Amino acid sequence: MLLEINDLTLLYGRIQALHGISLTVNEGEVVALIGANGAGKTTTMRAISGLRPVAQGSIIFDGTDVTRMRADLRVVRGIGQAPEGRGVFPGMSVVENLEMGAYTRRDRGGIAEDMKMVMDLFPRLAERRKQAGGTLSGGEQQMLAVGRALMARPRLLLLDEPSMGLAPMLIQQIFEIITRINEQGTTILLVEQNAQQALSRAHRGYVLETGRIVKEGTGQDLLHDPAVKEAYLGVA
Amino acid sequence: MTATVNNKRTAGFKSRWAAMPKQVRWAAIAALVVLLYILPNKWFYEYLGFPIGSDYFAFYTTRSDFAGVLFDTAVFVLLAVGLNVVVGFAGLLDLGYFGFYALGAYTVALLTSPESRFGTNWPWLAAVPLAVMVAMVSGVILGGPTLRLRGDYLAIVTLGFAEMIRLYASRNEGIAQGQRGIPAIPHPPGTGTDGKPLFGVVDARPYYWLMLTLILIVLLLIRNLANSRVGRAWVAIREDEDAAEIMGVPTFKYKLWAFAIGAAVAGLTGAIFAGKQTFINSDQFVLESSILVLAAVILGGAGNIKGAIVGGAITWYLPEWLRGVGDLIGVNFDAAEYRILVFGVVVIIMMIFRPQGMVPNRRRAAEFADRRKEAVPQETVPNE
Ligand SMILES: Nc1ncnc2c1ncn2[C@@H]1O[C@H](COP(=O)(O)OP(=O)(O)O)[C@@H](O)[C@H]1O
Ligand SMILES: [Mg+2]
Repeated sequence: MLLEINDLTLLYGRIQALHGISLTVNEGEVVALIGANGAGKTTTMRAISGLRPVAQGSIIFDGTDVTRMRADLRVVRGIGQAPEGRGVFPGMSVVENLEMGAYTRRDRGGIAEDMKMVMDLFPRLAERRKQAGGTLSGGEQQMLAVGRALMARPRLLLLDEPSMGLAPMLIQQIFEIITRINEQGTTILLVEQNAQQALSRAHRGYVLETGRIVKEGTGQDLLHDPAVKEAYLGVA
Repeated sequence: MTATVNNKRTAGFKSRWAAMPKQVRWAAIAALVVLLYILPNKWFYEYLGFPIGSDYFAFYTTRSDFAGVLFDTAVFVLLAVGLNVVVGFAGLLDLGYFGFYALGAYTVALLTSPESRFGTNWPWLAAVPLAVMVAMVSGVILGGPTLRLRGDYLAIVTLGFAEMIRLYASRNEGIAQGQRGIPAIPHPPGTGTDGKPLFGVVDARPYYWLMLTLILIVLLLIRNLANSRVGRAWVAIREDEDAAEIMGVPTFKYKLWAFAIGAAVAGLTGAIFAGKQTFINSDQFVLESSILVLAAVILGGAGNIKGAIVGGAITWYLPEWLRGVGDLIGVNFDAAEYRILVFGVVVIIMMIFRPQGMVPNRRRAAEFADRRKEAVPQETVPNE
């Protein structure tokens, strides 16, 4: 097991956003976390990456308890994230953004290799190497956010709504790339409102409702679950 | 609109400057530095045909002590360069920057003056490193708990800190000696070629030269920092702190560094100031000064070292200059009196039309453009 979350509780002041959730991600998997707006998906991601302290429960990454570990040290351990809303550095060029992704690394050769790998994965970024992140289109920023996260060579990649706000054709493209990244060996925890796409590409999935996991199963099972269909796939 | 037009103009100059051969650029910088060293000399103006004290000289200052004006300007420039690390590089809002300057000055005063209750009577030079340390350590103590938090806590805490220092200095009779202040602070050491002390009361030139030299040293250090991993971390923190953290940047550590470095530079400036002034009291460390240094940094272009220099120099020198010109054309308007008002208005106008400052940083310009875009619903479908 690469990631194991046990009975996690998280508070925003007095508001409880997570009510004891548990989930696991195995090495090599794509795991989808789906749920409506405000269910707590982003909060779960922020807890895993260390941006938000947790109240109770534990987060075990690769056998180490990282529950109280600083966010930057979790990156060194191998947790990478493309955050919701992309979080691209607006004043840095595409290349500088990607270099920031490799901030914790010192192996110049490896970094150059990965830079090339990301440019191959997203030819669009290669065309815009010198352009400031803030001036890219939404889709390009999304690619940059994913590419930047890959630059750390994460063992676990957290993707928070990579398809948000993108044109249908681009959504398809992003999901294809996610599958490709996974096939190249990166484990992925994928948060999505686009449940159809996410579940059909995931090995397993969890359904989150107001801070609680209400259902789990293989991607296919959830895809054909009547309740999930009704609530998240827009089919009666 | 205005911003883009101006951008192009500076970009034009910038690219032309960058296109020049390296030797030419270095020669130009060297010539400028030499000029700055020559600037306070009387013979320079006699040579140019308008000696200090003549009518035309009012174009530069009404004070006969032009070297003193230059020194004050240099003090302000060094403060702006230091604050730029905090505000410009790391994006932290420090409203009490003058507090560290006061700490530097008081540390020197208390350790060196024979009138001080401490009775240590240190030579000036021995007290300077300690003054820098005191300012830096205070920065760490103040920043330690505050910089862990997000938001505007730092602005409030620093504001309170500077006022606390000033109030303590004005009310405390035992150590800071209140309004009476601390007199008889010794000058920096050194003997001139004529056998007299290099640093005296009459001639402000050596102080200006000392300050100029320190500015150059600090500039080199800060420039190297800005181009290092530390500098990249600062940019990342400034642009998006959460994103910086998930890139593996130890954000707290680097914010604290920026804050402490800024404090140390202010402490150093205060130490030099005390050595020239020989007398300090709480009136010299009012809150307005903190705000004025901040205005200088914003005016020049936060995040850009050249901008901080230009902003600092203009903020201090321009009112001085206007007073001279006013005298010359028979208008009795003391711009220095209205410094705060004038720069308040200027900064507001800048924020509307050119938020990136006079000498913008390429990144900063993009950051501001990005923030404007955020206010408008974003077009997310790429134009393919
Ligand atoms: N910074 C915050 N402060 C207070 N409440 C928050 C904050 N962020 C999120 N919440 C609340 O926590 C809940 C979960 O939010 P979030 O994790 O963003 O949901 P999702 O990503 O699934 O849309 C929501 O009720 C939201 O209002
Ligand atoms: Mg969300």
